[in-house]
Order: sequence, then C-alpha cells, then structure tokens
Amino acid sequence: MPAQTPSQTVGPYFAYALTPEPYGYPGIASNRLVDIGTPGERILLRGRVLDGAGEPVEDALLEIWQADASGRYPTEAPGEARGFRGFGRCGTDAEGRFSFETVKPGRVPGPDGKLQAPHIAVIVTARGLLNHLVTRIYFADEVAANASDPILALVPEDRRATLIARREDHPGGPVYRFDIHLQGEQETVFFDV
Amino acid sequence: MKPNLVYGARDWSSHPPLVFPAYRSTTTRGPKKPLVPIPQTLTELTAPVYGHDAIGPLDSDLTRNAAKNGEPLGERIIVAGRVLDEAGRPVPHTLIEIWQANAAGRYIHRRDQHHAPLDPNFHGAGRCLTDAEGRYRFVTIRPGPYPWQNHDNAWRPSHIHFSLFGHAFCTRLVTQMYFPGDPLLAHDPIFQSVPAFARDRLISRFSLELTEPGWATGYAFDIVLRGPRETPMENR
Repeated sequence: MPAQTPSQTVGPYFAYALTPEPYGYPGIASNRLVDIGTPGERILLRGRVLDGAGEPVEDALLEIWQADASGRYPTEAPGEARGFRGFGRCGTDAEGRFSFETVKPGRVPGPDGKLQAPHIAVIVTARGLLNHLVTRIYFADEVAANASDPILALVPEDRRATLIARREDHPGGPVYRFDIHLQGEQETVFFDV
Repeated sequence: MKPNLVYGARDWSSHPPLVFPAYRSTTTRGPKKPLVPIPQTLTELTAPVYGHDAIGPLDSDLTRNAAKNGEPLGERIIVAGRVLDEAGRPVPHTLIEIWQANAAGRYIHRRDQHHAPLDPNFHGAGRCLTDAEGRYRFVTIRPGPYPWQNHDNAWRPSHIHFSLFGHAFCTRLVTQMYFPGDPLLAHDPIFQSVPAFARDRLISRFSLELTEPGWATGYAFDIVLRGPRETPMENR
C-alpha cells in the first residue's frame, strides 16, 4: 500500500506561481470570487495573519473554499466552466493583510443531515508552516445558526470566538473581519479533518 | 460524490511536526494548541474543479513557457510520475502546480535577494492536469541550491515545490521534491523535519526510461494523497 507523501512548507517564494498576476503569469484563482452577475449578498472579507510574537506574517497564502449563496458547492465534472468557482487565493502583504471579495455562503448539510451554519473553509500555508493549516470562518450575525452548528460544537467553548468573523457595515457593503493567530493566547482553532 | 464516502486521516506519523525548532520560522508560526478533530462534511469532501481551460498549452514545459529570446540555461530535465491514493488507485484529472528556482539557485520572486543571476528565459512556475491514469509530466531545468538565513552557512538542497488538490478539500497537499544523492539533504532542516522513515518519499528517482536520448534526463516522482474510504460518516 502506498503511504502518504509528507508535507513540506510552501516556502517564501510561491507568489509567482500561486498568486502570479503581478508577475505576468496567469493564476488559476484570485481573491475576487464574484463577478457582476454572481447572486447573493456581496461581502468583503478582510483580516491579518499574525505569528506568536504578534508580528504580521508577510508571506502567507490563504485559500478559501465556500458554497454559493444558495448553499451549493460547484462540484460539477472536471472541465466544465461555471460562474462561481467557490475558490479563492490571496497572499498576505507586508502588514499580514488579506482580503477576499465574495458572497456570503448559504447553509450546507452537516454530518447528521442537519444544516451547518454558513461558513467558509480556509487553508493557511506560509514559510514556517511545515503542514498547511485548516480552519473555518463563521459569521457573527448568524447567532442562532452558529449555536446549533455541529462543527462549532466540537470546539472548546472558550476558543470558538477565534472562528467568528465580526461584521462591520460600510457604505460600500458589509465587511467581515477575521484575523488568524498562528500561535499565542488567541491562537486560532485549526482542525484535523 | 457518494454520501458515504470519506477520506482516511492525515497520517501525522509521516508528516513533519508543526513546530520543528531547527527550522527557525516554525517556532513562532507553528500552532501550539492541539488541532481540533472534526468529521468530514460536504465542505471537506468537495474541492475546486480545474479543467483544461485552466492550463495553457506550454504550462507543463518550464523551458518554453517563459522563453523570450532563447532557452533557459541549465540541465534540462523531465520530471514525471503518478498521483495515487493510499490504495494505489490513480487520482485522475487533478491539478498539479509546481515552482522552483532557476539553474543558478535564484527565484524570480521579488523578495529573493540571493546574489545569483535571473534567467530571462525562465520563470520557474508550471502546472498540468493528471491524465486518466493519474500520470503527469513536466519539462524543466534542474534547480540550483541556494543559501538562506535559517542558520550559519545554510543552503537549501535543489528542490521543486509541488501543490496538489486531489478531489476533496481535505486531500490538499503542498510539498517539495528533492533529487537523489544531494549532499545538502543531510543538512536541511526542512527535509529533516520529516520523520526519517518517510523522507525517501520526497526524493525523486533517476529514471533511464524517462530520460530522452540526446535531450533531457528523467526523474520519477510519485505522489500519494489521502485515499477515499467507503465508511459511514458516523464512524469518525
């Protein structure tokens, strides 16, 4: 039986391959998941990635995966093009900042067949991360849905807040803030899944 | 997706630890609290789908996909293999992205200040899809080793970065491929972070079958992703 290939760090120099537009090479994904016709509530997701010393992580790659506004993942056959891909990539800047333009996802079924709260799955990779990390973004204004979410229920109560993006209403539309702490008192919950 | 299909767990005995002090950046970046186990839901069992529309005609040939006025300098190589799951089944039609330094050990990345020349005919990034049998093939230039700041006189062995999705969010893999016989492997904390019994899985194998006469040497590198298991979801 073949055994899993071990993970290695993405290193500091992935940008010209994975977020390569500034290098004149087309990427497979960007931090803009929507176009003018994408149905759903437009949101801006913003945050920072910080290390255990509270310093910005200036060379992290965030990848997000989410359902569309009606709660469907684009799981069609390979090769078929479709409007909403549900996948985005963003590298952090010198201050550790990232942002995504997307729609608020709908609810998808959970392990028990009941609906999960709206959420966005996140992969974090960076220099210094020998394995990619997996977390989720939930939404602060989904109080009832969050309270019954089967995945949040598995997270120690005092750490759940690290998974919840807070909403700010701006003239340009809602902004959800979500910081990722790789270590420290406020260390973000990362999943083994 | 079958409703009762889940993937085997990440085999933490084969992967590096999150904090490995010899690789200095891990000490402030690797999480220290335990990961929280959760079951795989639709979110983790689906994944972005990329087809041939995502791949340019030269994307698997790094000696041509950025050529401006000639060929890149260095040792032309073929890197090929299969993407398999843990049961040995091919992972077909899945995206592979690679990136690497040029023959002089210099990355085109703007933050790379290593005093070695850039190559105007080499970008260093490529991508392809596996075929129906999980096979892939890249043509590139053997990357050079390069110095880094981790410790005194630190050099990374020649390597090519690989990024794969597989067919589910939970099968994502980011790794690096190395070359056989590289004396720097013994001194590289990133390579050494992998438990000793699993390190060979990251080293490509010279292959005379992949080598093309008069043109390029060949290296074989198979990649194994987490495999699907037909298990009731409640079992996790």
